[in-house]
Amino acid sequence: MPVIWLTLIVLTISAVGFLMGRRRALVSAGGDSRNLHSLPIYYGSNALMKSVVPALGLMILWLLAQSLFIDSRIVQMIPESEIAEGSNIGLVMSDVRRTADGLSKAVDAGLLDDETARNAESDLEDITQRLKDAGQVVTGQITQTVLQASQAYRAMSQTSNLLMTIAVLIVAAAGAAWGTMESSKSFRARNTVEQGILALLIAAASVAILTTIGIILSLIFNTIEFFRLYPASDFFFLLEWAPSFSGRGGASSLGILPLLWGTLYISLVALLVAVPIGLFAAIYLSEYAGPRMRSIAKPLLEILAGIPTIVYGLFALLTIGPILLSVFGDNGLGWMQGQRAVLTAGLAMGIMLIPFVSSLSDDIINAVPQAMRDGSYGLGATKSETIKQVVLPAALPGIVGAILLAASRAIGETMIVVLGAGAAARLSLNPFEAMTTVTAKIVSQLTGDSDFASPEALVAFALGMTLFIMTLGLNVFALYIVRKYREQYE
Amino acid sequence: MTDATMTPESARPSRSLIHEDARTKKRNASERRFRAYGIAAIFTGLFFLVALLAAILSSGLPAFRQAVVEVPFTLTQEQYDAAEKALLKTGIYTDYFVTSLTQTMESEGVEIEFDEKAIERLLGKVGGDLRKFYRANEDQLEASVSFELAAASRVDRYLKGTFAREDLQSGNRFFMPEDFDLIDAMRDAGLIKQVFNWNFLTGVDTGVDNPGGAGIGASVLGSFFMMLVVLVLSLPIGVAASIYLEEFAPKNRFTDFIEVNISNLAAVPSIVFGILGLAVFIQFAHLPQSAPLVGGLVLTLMTLPTIIISTRASLKAVPPSIRDAALGVGASKMQAVFHHVLPLAAPGILTGTIIGLAQALGETAPLLLIGMVGFVARYPGTFVEGFIEPNSAVPAQIYNWAARSDAVFTEKAWGGIIVLLLFLITMNTIAVILRRRFERRW
Repeated sequence: MPVIWLTLIVLTISAVGFLMGRRRALVSAGGDSRNLHSLPIYYGSNALMKSVVPALGLMILWLLAQSLFIDSRIVQMIPESEIAEGSNIGLVMSDVRRTADGLSKAVDAGLLDDETARNAESDLEDITQRLKDAGQVVTGQITQTVLQASQAYRAMSQTSNLLMTIAVLIVAAAGAAWGTMESSKSFRARNTVEQGILALLIAAASVAILTTIGIILSLIFNTIEFFRLYPASDFFFLLEWAPSFSGRGGASSLGILPLLWGTLYISLVALLVAVPIGLFAAIYLSEYAGPRMRSIAKPLLEILAGIPTIVYGLFALLTIGPILLSVFGDNGLGWMQGQRAVLTAGLAMGIMLIPFVSSLSDDIINAVPQAMRDGSYGLGATKSETIKQVVLPAALPGIVGAILLAASRAIGETMIVVLGAGAAARLSLNPFEAMTTVTAKIVSQLTGDSDFASPEALVAFALGMTLFIMTLGLNVFALYIVRKYREQYE
Repeated sequence: MTDATMTPESARPSRSLIHEDARTKKRNASERRFRAYGIAAIFTGLFFLVALLAAILSSGLPAFRQAVVEVPFTLTQEQYDAAEKALLKTGIYTDYFVTSLTQTMESEGVEIEFDEKAIERLLGKVGGDLRKFYRANEDQLEASVSFELAAASRVDRYLKGTFAREDLQSGNRFFMPEDFDLIDAMRDAGLIKQVFNWNFLTGVDTGVDNPGGAGIGASVLGSFFMMLVVLVLSLPIGVAASIYLEEFAPKNRFTDFIEVNISNLAAVPSIVFGILGLAVFIQFAHLPQSAPLVGGLVLTLMTLPTIIISTRASLKAVPPSIRDAALGVGASKMQAVFHHVLPLAAPGILTGTIIGLAQALGETAPLLLIGMVGFVARYPGTFVEGFIEPNSAVPAQIYNWAARSDAVFTEKAWGGIIVLLLFLITMNTIAVILRRRFERRW
């Protein structure tokens, strides 16, 4: 039974539970809700909660465990010898899943009867042809092992689904019955329901932890897998990035250093654009500008922060690139070959970061106590001298924090570099040359190909891990600095 | 002793409030310079904003216009019968059209030689369109009908000035050098006019051989389904998490750990969320690739920190006296929060949610990793299919177009950005209005 229908049935059962729980409580109180411990709605909610939450929880757990369990059983069915040279178990498994899916769809479409789909001795060519007729994507000829495995897969999934449906329905009904039976006028329904709600609130708050764990686990497992296929020393110290496109060739050079260099170089260009402009804008807005100017210029600058990065990417590729090319290209100074370059991406990224630097620095400069400025004016300093010698030194830790946060943004930025920076990994100092970054390579290694088992694809996870650690380190450090600074004046 | 008054004249610094000395001048100049730097910085920032908007509008607006050729055409009963009897029916219709077009242009005083191949290159399969029309409306025979025929993308670009004669080295099956003369002739005869390109808004993506026909409609729908998932998941989870952290959480290690997690997640690069989605939802849970459902799940995880942070701020803004009053008249803590604090914080929460959604709508990088860049040429059939069938999203579609080298697709990419920004502006305006209208200062 499809999950969506099962969910709807569970919801119906719990709705019935709600009505019955409420009714039973009212009956026990002689129809007068004043005799109840809690409001009638709490008795209903108690039954509803006890039916929905365990039933849907069981369903989700079952679905997760089912795929793990069936996968491990099927993997055992496939002998080592069946895995072709250069292939691996993951590819065979996805073949099995696709075939099983195809069999089900072919049966649904009436092109295959259920008997043939289950029969292990079926003619392979016949099955392949029928699956193709049913519009299924079947890669070449299905082997006997794959067919048997997919038939077993299908049978197990069907059994498991049936068991799950029964179990979930029983749990839902039992929960509704339990909640209903509890309903009597002395039952403390509100307290029970509120405890349940509190548990749900805690669960929601834990999603943040689960996400972090999910990120870390998915990065770590795939990174370990990558280092099993590819030597870690090469990854960290090789000066060349040249994945072989044939896949599984083993001839790839996957050194991270050129990518890191590109990332840092582009981020540096971006910060060179964003920090002076952002900082001076923040100083002017917080120290010189009147309320009118401030109320106009600040929101306008912040529009830059609300524009999606894909827009900056397109702006880099199609506006900044051609302009730079016309000045520094072959018709101008002759320094630049193509419109994708470090400078192209760096300028666009710098524009993106201006509001980031300016609003963070603005907050920090505003947090410097007025008494310090007054003291400086009292000694005869001009406004700019006060800013340079009193306000900025006081705000320096915070400003450094803001710049570090901007740097972490720049390092993690993807769309601008994918469109503006180019695809060739280079270790060069020339800002007019195309270079590539960690994020751009994550995208190019993971898009298009659905095979996640080759080192060429898995390297993306190792790159992601590097990126995650770098940005996390920068953020933690920046927040530490900002927090430490704030304590001085509060 | 008169020493004090006898101080030598020369020892007194030659300062005056009226005449600035050199040092004061220097200091004042430095003050003015510093101010100028600030003004320059602000204007540079604003200049970038204006340049960005100008680039978007100037390059994107042409995507919404399309050249059509409007031709009056009359088909007689005999012509119709003759054409329907012939072997190559649409060919005959094309011949009729060529004849009619030549006559129309001659009556306008423009003479030019052209064949049906040229018509096909410029206007597509005209014969088929005509035949379809007359077979459906036989009563229109003998009457003069005015046909509006969409011109090919190269015609469009030639008229807009982004494709010149010099750009065409030699002819190919899509365009020949003499076609320029035909376009000029039709323009001189007043047959070409610009209309609003509805197809761009409602159409679906096309292959590289038909850049003019590509539209953004299907991917808008993909984005819509994604936003639905994000809204349905992130609003309840985000609000529940914030209520716990703000109202119920005891001050302990666990709570601290959650808070640290949330603030770190807010700063994790979006592409890392894409990796998470790929590894967990597609590799591990085997959810369908390229589906708006998966995209929505990834974006939900990404926007949760934003929503939690803004919701907590608006919960914090509700004064404690509200809670105390509710508790005082006998409400439980849960009732005080859900019946009194939450409704008062609702406008703030809604504003934060809309801003979070707007952020999610413009996000591209994670979508690339879960495969939402494939070439998709159809609308989902049913509501449920909208979630699980492969689809694209507006920013992913823009990226897809930008990555193709055809200039028409580039124009479409800019046009797509206008559509995307219109959505974002609408959402942010709603958020601002909500805040202005319902925000309460305590």
